[in-house]
Amino acid sequence: MRNDYDFAVLGGGLVGAATAYGLAKLGLKVLMLDEGDVAKRASRGNFALVWVQNKGLGMPAYATWTRRSSDAWVPFARELEDTAGFAIHHRRTGGYHLALTEDELARRAAMIARLHNQPGVAPSEVEVLDGDEIRRRLPEAGPEVAGGTFCPLDGDVNSLKLFRALHEGFARLGGTYRSEAMVDVIEPGAGGFALSTQAGRFSADRIVLAAGLGNARLGAMVGMTVPVRPVRGQLIVTEKTAPFLDAPVSTVRQTDEGGVMVGDSQEEADSYDGMRQGVMAVMADRAVRMFPRLGRLNVVRTWSALRVMSPDGFPIYDESPVHPGCFVATCHSGVTLAAAHAALFAPAIAAGSPPSEFDDFSLRRFHVSAAA
Amino acid sequence: MFQRLPDIRGDALSFTIDGKAAQARAGETVASALLLAGVETCRTTPVSGAPRAPYCLMGVCFECLVTIDGRGNQQGCLVTVQDGMRVETQIGRGKRELGR
Amino acid sequence: MIELGQVAHLDASYDLVVIGAGPAGLACAAQASAGGARTLLVDENAAPGGQIYRSVGATPLRARRDILGADYWTGEELASSFAASGAAYLAGATVWQVSPEREIGLSKDGSARLIDARHVVMATGALERPFPIPGWTQPGVMTAGAAQILLKTAGATATGRVVLAGSGPLLWLIAAQSLAAGRSFSAILDTTPKANWTAALAHLPSFLASPYLAKGLKLLRRVRREIAVVSGVTALEAEGDGRLERVRYVAGGETRTIGADHLFLHQGVTPNVNMASAAGCELVWDDLQLCWRPKADAWGRTSVPGIAVAGDGAGIAGAEAAALRGSLAALDALDALGLLPGDEKTRRAAPLRKTLARYDRGRGFLDALYRPAKSFRTADGDTIACRCEEVTGGQIRAAVADLHVAGPNQLKSFLRCGMGPCQGRLCGLTVSETIADARGVSPADVGYYRLRSPVKPITLAEIATLDQTEADVKAVARG
Repeated sequence: MRNDYDFAVLGGGLVGAATAYGLAKLGLKVLMLDEGDVAKRASRGNFALVWVQNKGLGMPAYATWTRRSSDAWVPFARELEDTAGFAIHHRRTGGYHLALTEDELARRAAMIARLHNQPGVAPSEVEVLDGDEIRRRLPEAGPEVAGGTFCPLDGDVNSLKLFRALHEGFARLGGTYRSEAMVDVIEPGAGGFALSTQAGRFSADRIVLAAGLGNARLGAMVGMTVPVRPVRGQLIVTEKTAPFLDAPVSTVRQTDEGGVMVGDSQEEADSYDGMRQGVMAVMADRAVRMFPRLGRLNVVRTWSALRVMSPDGFPIYDESPVHPGCFVATCHSGVTLAAAHAALFAPAIAAGSPPSEFDDFSLRRFHVSAAA
Repeated sequence: MFQRLPDIRGDALSFTIDGKAAQARAGETVASALLLAGVETCRTTPVSGAPRAPYCLMGVCFECLVTIDGRGNQQGCLVTVQDGMRVETQIGRGKRELGR
Repeated sequence: MIELGQVAHLDASYDLVVIGAGPAGLACAAQASAGGARTLLVDENAAPGGQIYRSVGATPLRARRDILGADYWTGEELASSFAASGAAYLAGATVWQVSPEREIGLSKDGSARLIDARHVVMATGALERPFPIPGWTQPGVMTAGAAQILLKTAGATATGRVVLAGSGPLLWLIAAQSLAAGRSFSAILDTTPKANWTAALAHLPSFLASPYLAKGLKLLRRVRREIAVVSGVTALEAEGDGRLERVRYVAGGETRTIGADHLFLHQGVTPNVNMASAAGCELVWDDLQLCWRPKADAWGRTSVPGIAVAGDGAGIAGAEAAALRGSLAALDALDALGLLPGDEKTRRAAPLRKTLARYDRGRGFLDALYRPAKSFRTADGDTIACRCEEVTGGQIRAAVADLHVAGPNQLKSFLRCGMGPCQGRLCGLTVSETIADARGVSPADVGYYRLRSPVKPITLAEIATLDQTEADVKAVARG
């Protein structure tokens, strides 16, 4: 039996759209299946950093993977803009993390040092800067800033434009997108996979589970236990402001449109809508202490979203041992890793099973720890 | 233009619009006072730079944003004009400036 | 009434917090307070009255009571009953948050405060239905309601060539009030679809029995005698180069242009649902009134326990009905707070419901007659739908056609519509209806923006002053 599609990607957020875009770019016939308008989409709640400096303590392969994505971002952004037809404002300006006390700074510096002391991690390019140096480089930084770290590899992007560009690019490459098409049942067969969805039945030779927290439910249908849990992040955005910050700070950035975003909290929580006013207060308080003149800005919106967190916090890439041709991709850095998903992960699964470089990200690492 | 009806009375007060002296009546909002002083376009947008004027006068549309006593992006229709108030239009300054 | 000057004077909690000092809010707060509930009424404006009775205690038209008409002055009694009550009153304040747990975030003069309420009644009123025509963002174009607010609050009217365009009872009232003030219009461009008469006739018998008929006829006669009315207008455009210069319109298949210094637009009012929606209250699509309203029972109780809606914010029914619905919400609040014995609530509600029914009778006719045409409710081509982010109807339709956008929230991610300071109040209906039109489905299937606090602006510095727990700090400042 001939299937409708070469690949079906289950999930239309940043991970799904980047993977689907990458597959379509290879000339494959690709279907992207998405939820409806009110999806609990992590892609709508990200902080839009393309970030390297603190990624990978505990898993050297993740440090390497993040760095490769950061490198891949430069050509990827150019090519995506050409395909989609509009700018997504990716910049690799280098990025800062600011500390408000000497103690915070010391802990940050020690963490970065530990990360780079791991075997197999590239030497650190991170600079540790004192408060005066930060104020020299970021003139709006206030007197309470004790110092910070700077990594030249860091940057950011307009994540909403990235999201739209992936969808626009996917459509222009001939991909098929269906919304209001949440997958109810996956039926693996000898010749591929049949998918029952809200929007009807589809079939594909191979499938990718990229449904964020929904991967736990979908994985169970194809013999994979995908241990993901929600971790809530809250965000604040202000009215459009004249440019004041040329490079992103890990918790404060300015978009190309002018809005100032303040992030990013982390708490164990499963309510997508729920927000804690106190958490907002801490975020706002820290942002104003970092950049005192932000205090007068009007906040236009605050919101929360759920990160897709694995037990060790690192991404999951794997193929079902029971049903080859069914892949899973899950992470909480859909922006940073978008280039890797489109330019590295998609070609790897299109060519067959994930190569050994993905071994560290396999679900098998959780089985081992469960047995121990 | 907008004009008060001839038999309307009220306490006059003075304020400034972009540094120039203007008159209003006590109880009027900043947005009304601007319109009655013949100032219609109060800002240009932060997106395209298009001119905008007060539209709903009831706090909903955010078109009447002006700088009041040095503070930017205030809803003129929700602020009562005061004697000595400094009102600045935001023409050519679509985006909020830090410190204002 | 005990007027509070600043948020620092608020108690940490109230039995009842009423939001909005229009007819519903005033009636609700006065009665709840009289019934023994510790009540706070919060309002954005400087004085009570809402929009319908705006400035009723302070208007410069006090010496010219004829201009605004007798209906306006009935607001005086509501305002004075409230003034005589024991309720606390915070004017000139914004409510930027109501959480489902009834934690209320308020701000006044740059200071923010969180307080708790055992019961909340949102009486946030109505706003004018968006009227997305080409050129409607230009200076010189305002809502007709804005023109009326200028009259009520400053005793002022527009001069020069003034065109009034649109449909609905308020359009005729505003025209009559201007005439009474001695100012006229160049033309009234009536966009009421002629076909609406057929649908409206079915409701005629009940309309004849309602209090609206006599009022309406008097208004229409007066206005038609003195102002040129063009009926059956099917297209409108505000033309000009940086400012309104002309209005182009189509009537009877013919295109005409008239010079204009001012264009006032109006095509009915719709519930202001942002606060209720952000509090988690379920919204329903009202296909008769073509708007979203909070799902609510006969007492105004929403899907969120302890949060009720009253007045036009709960569904358009007019000022008299709003006050009655405010009273019903007060009775329900008193009952829920344990301040009414036995079935006192039902007993006291009965006469209110009887009067309410009289006003309800006329609504069907008005809703059917003044149902705006789809071409005036949706946006197309270069016409701006979202004024804040300057998103056009054409962009919305392209996103539906090319990217298969199903609803306003995915659209928001893609085009930023609804992300500006007005929080979708001026584009929400247009966006839902335009997507629905492009997809060929009902707005009910398309949905509305998911709204989040702050529903009104608050500064970063104000948020920074709110209480922080150790757990809050840990969630943000990580090593």
